[in-house]
Amino acid sequence: MSVATQDTAIRTGRVARTLIYLVLLLFALFYLLPLYVMVVNSVKPLNEITGGGMMNLPQVFTLEPWAKAWSSAQIGVEPTGLQPYFWNSIKMVVPAVAISTVLGALNGYVLTKWRFRGDTILFGLMLFACFIPFQIVLIPMARMLGLMGMAGTTQGLVLVHVVYGIGFTTLYFRNYYAVFPTELIRAAQIDGAGFFQIFWRILLPSSGPIAVVSIIWQFTNIWNDFLFGASFAGANSQPMTVALNNLVQASHGVKEYNVHFAGAILAALPTLLVYIVAGRYFVRGLMAGSVKG
Amino acid sequence: MGFLDIDNTTKSYGAVEVLHKVDISVEEGEFLVLVGPSGCGKSTLLNMIAGLEDITSGEIRIKDKVMNGVHPSRRNIAMVFQSYALYPNMTVGQNITFGLEMHGTPKPAREKAMKDVAELLQIEQLLDRKPGALSGGQRQRVAMGRALVRDPDVFLFDEPLSNLDAKLRVDMRTEIKKLHQKLGTTIVYVTHDQIEAMTLSTRIAVMYGGYVQQLGTPQEIYDSPANVFVATFMGSPAMNVVPAKVALKAGKPVANVALHDGSTVSLPFSQNNLAAWDGRDIMLGIRPETITDEDAADRKSTNIARMTNRIEVTEPAGSDTFVTMTLGGTDVIARMRSDADVRPGADFPFAVNMEKAVAFDPETEMRIAP
Ligand SMILES: Nc1ncnc2c1ncn2[C@@H]1O[C@H](COP(=O)(O)OP(=O)(O)OP(=O)(O)O)[C@@H](O)[C@H]1O
Ligand SMILES: [Mg+2]
Repeated sequence: MSVATQDTAIRTGRVARTLIYLVLLLFALFYLLPLYVMVVNSVKPLNEITGGGMMNLPQVFTLEPWAKAWSSAQIGVEPTGLQPYFWNSIKMVVPAVAISTVLGALNGYVLTKWRFRGDTILFGLMLFACFIPFQIVLIPMARMLGLMGMAGTTQGLVLVHVVYGIGFTTLYFRNYYAVFPTELIRAAQIDGAGFFQIFWRILLPSSGPIAVVSIIWQFTNIWNDFLFGASFAGANSQPMTVALNNLVQASHGVKEYNVHFAGAILAALPTLLVYIVAGRYFVRGLMAGSVKG
Repeated sequence: MGFLDIDNTTKSYGAVEVLHKVDISVEEGEFLVLVGPSGCGKSTLLNMIAGLEDITSGEIRIKDKVMNGVHPSRRNIAMVFQSYALYPNMTVGQNITFGLEMHGTPKPAREKAMKDVAELLQIEQLLDRKPGALSGGQRQRVAMGRALVRDPDVFLFDEPLSNLDAKLRVDMRTEIKKLHQKLGTTIVYVTHDQIEAMTLSTRIAVMYGGYVQQLGTPQEIYDSPANVFVATFMGSPAMNVVPAKVALKAGKPVANVALHDGSTVSLPFSQNNLAAWDGRDIMLGIRPETITDEDAADRKSTNIARMTNRIEVTEPAGSDTFVTMTLGGTDVIARMRSDADVRPGADFPFAVNMEKAVAFDPETEMRIAP
C-alpha cells in the first residue's frame, strides 16, 4: 500500500513540477519582454520605430543611438550625452557603498560583540531609519547640507546616501554577526587581539556573503536613486538617473526613442553588472558557509 | 598563598547573584576540575579567571598578582573552548601562532614554537589546512596547540570534550592527562561529566546553584561527600540515599531500614558518634558497589552487614550486573558481579559494606561528620 501511495506521489509530483515550470516560464517571458523591447529598439534607426513595429527585430542594425546617448545627446542645454553623468554617478556610488558597508559592519560588530547598555534601543532606532520615507527628510536634509556647505556637491550626495543606507547595512551585519560564535571573539581577546584587529583579522574575512548582500543592496539603491539626486545635486554632480530623465523629457525637436532606449539601458547596465559579478560570489559564499563539519 | 587564588569571589548579573563567595586556592601544577550540573556557574567562574567576565566582588590572583580588571591577554592564561573556537579563515599554523603574533613575537620564534607544539600534539601534517577540513578530534588537538604554544601560567578548559563522540572523548581524556603529567602545568578544567572530573583531576570543586558544595581530592569527594547533592552527583550509578532511623544495639549505633515487605533490618554503623542520633531519622548513603553478594564482599572491611531482600530488576551490563531493590521505600541499586546468581523476584542475601556507608542530616542534607 505504501508503495502505491509513493508511486502516485511521484506522479503528481511530476505533473505539479511541469505546471510550476510552465508558470515560471510565463513569468520570465513577461519580465523579459520590456528588456527585449528596449534592446531591439536601441539598435534600430528612428524611422523603423516611428513607422510602428516596436516588437519587430531591426531591419537595419545600428549602434548609432548608443553612441549618441553616451556622448552627444542633448541633456538639458548641453549636447554632452550621458557620459559625464555616468562618472558623476560612479563618484557618488563607490564611496557611498564602501562607507555605508564598512560602517554597517562596524555597527553590527559593536552591537553583537561589544554589547553596552541601551544597545538594543539604539539598534531599534537604526532599524526605524529604514522605514522613514525619502520625502520626509528632503527639506531638513537640504537645510543640513546647506549648513555644512555641501549643497549641490557629490560629497553631499554621498553623505545623504550613507546616512540613509546605514540602517540597512547595520541590520544585515548585526543579524549576520549575531550568530557568529562569540567564543571566537573571546579566543582572539585572550590571544591579545584588540578591537580593530579582531574586526579585520577574524570577523571581516568571514563576512563575504553578507558584505556582498550589503553591496548589492546599496549599489542598486544608490545607483537607481532619483529623488535625492534630483533634489540635492548641483549642475556638476547630477547622477545618471537625473540625466536620463532630462534626456527623455527634452521638450524640443523630435523624440529620439532609439536614443532614449539606449540611454535607459546604459543607466541600468552597472546594476546588472554588479548582480552578474557579485551574485556569483554571493552563492559561493553561502556554499562555503554550509560545508562546515 | 597558592598559585591561583580565587578569594571570596562573587558574580552578579544585575540584582541576580549567580556565584556566591567562591574561595579556591590552586597550587602550581594542580589539575582542578570544576564540575556541576548545567547552569551552576562553572563557565562563569572560568571566564572570570580568564578575564572575560568582570569580578563583582572579591579577588582573583595569579602568582600573587591581582587580576581584577587586567585584560585577558595580559594574564598569561590560555583557554580551550567547548566549540574549539578556531579562526575559520586561518590555517592551522596561523591559528596556533596568532596569539604569539599579537604579542609581538618575531616570526622565526613563532615558527619554532609552532613546530614544537605541532610535534608534541602530532599535528604536523595538518598545519596548512583550514579548520573546516579537520575532524573533531583534530580540531581539539589544534585548539590545545593554540593554548600550549603560549606557554601560559594557567590553562583553562571549558568542557573541551563535550563535542566529541564517546570513544574519542575517552582517548582525548587520556591524552590530556598525559599532557598534564608531562608538562606539569596548572589547569582549571570545567566539565559536567563526573567521570571526567574523577579521572583527570588532582582536586575537584563540585558546584551547585552558584555555591562550591565541596572542594577536595577525587577520593575525598567520593568517599566523604559533604552533602546529599555531592553524594548523588558524583559516581555512576549514583549513591543510594535511603531514609533510616538510628537505634542503639548493645550500645552501638545501627540504622534501621525498611525492607521490601515492610520488615526492618538493622545495619550497624562503623561511625560511633552516630549514637548521639539515637531515635532520630537520618538519610543513609550507600554506594551501589558496596552492596554485593557474600563472596564479593570487601575482605578488608571490618563491618559487613547482611540483609535478605527481594530483587526487583536486574540489568546485566557486561562486566557488572545492576540489581534494583526496594529499601527504605525507595529504589536502591546494587552493583553485582556479572556471574552472581540473581533473578528478578527472588529473595537474595546481600552483603553491605557498612564501613563505607555515610549518614546525612535529613534537615540540612549535610553529612554527619565522624
Ligand atoms: N549574561 C548573563 N546575564 C544573566 N545571567 C547569566 C548571564 N550569563 C550567565 N547567566 C546565568 O549564570 C548562571 C551560570 O551560568 P554558566 O554559564 O556559568 O553555567 P555553567 O555551569 O557553565 O552551565 P553549562 O554546564 O550549561 O555550561 C546561569 O544560571 C545563567 O543563567
Ligand atoms: Mg558552561
